[in-house]
Amino acid sequence: MKIIVEDWGLVDYTTAYQRQKRMVEAVISGECGRLIFCEHLPVLTLGRLFKESSLLYSKEEIEQKGVDLQTVDRGGDVTLHSPGQLVVYVVLDLNLFDRNLKIYLEKLEQVAIDLLREFGILAVSIAGKRGVFVHKFQSGFAVGSEEKIISIGIGVRKWVTYHGLGINVNTDLPLFSLIKPCGLDVQMTSMAKVLRCQVTMEEVKSKWEQLFGSIFEVNIVR
Amino acid sequence: MIKIILPELGEGITKATVACWHFSEGDTIHTGDEVCEVTTDKATFNVEAPAAGRLRSIAVKQGQDGLVGDVLGIIE
Repeated sequence: MKIIVEDWGLVDYTTAYQRQKRMVEAVISGECGRLIFCEHLPVLTLGRLFKESSLLYSKEEIEQKGVDLQTVDRGGDVTLHSPGQLVVYVVLDLNLFDRNLKIYLEKLEQVAIDLLREFGILAVSIAGKRGVFVHKFQSGFAVGSEEKIISIGIGVRKWVTYHGLGINVNTDLPLFSLIKPCGLDVQMTSMAKVLRCQVTMEEVKSKWEQLFGSIFEVNIVR
Repeated sequence: MIKIILPELGEGITKATVACWHFSEGDTIHTGDEVCEVTTDKATFNVEAPAAGRLRSIAVKQGQDGLVGDVLGIIE
């Protein structure tokens, strides 16, 4: 099965959302699936389980800081997108796989964990908490609670998926202080913070393509 | 009368919350229309109408939880 990769670069959230919705319609009509990479200008997206208490500032204060707010039709609470975070949207017809959201989400998490391992980052999924986490280390020992490095939230129409993941590659982490990410009392981290160096976005995309193709058993084409 | 059922979404997913209904009671709907959106912790899912007709009643309202297999609404 063929999946086409598209790279939309830096794009505002609303434009990307409209394009993604058109992709969903196309895949529902029988076109092959899409793997979409992009980065967004600073925006907080409020999922279907959004709680006001997950915002730590008023909406006016957040907008004054140059961060947009958007209510979206994905699962989960609030999350932040900003430049330096690789957003991966997956528009995939699950009628051609297992019609099983649990397996789909687990496979996405597995791609994410394997991706981080390729960069030397040991990451885990945690039962009951969607997303991918890393342990804090001091002097070679894991200390304290985990930090979240990748967020996941999806939507499904006629068993075609949309939305996806936000991978904190070189993300400006202080912006996360505006929110309780995903409604959790959790610190966010990034690949750059863990590795103490900037990470090449193109390398992350390339490895994601390889791993996604392998785990979902699809041919990735550009 | 035809039941709109909360479908199997994957093993281990036993319940979902109705995020919104796209139709109101009394509305005419067609087979395959996405009648409501349900949400789990990380996924939203649009439930389709299994038959055409009139949405007679909504059993699980916006914000309420349903279990897999529960009747969300009735079409007549």
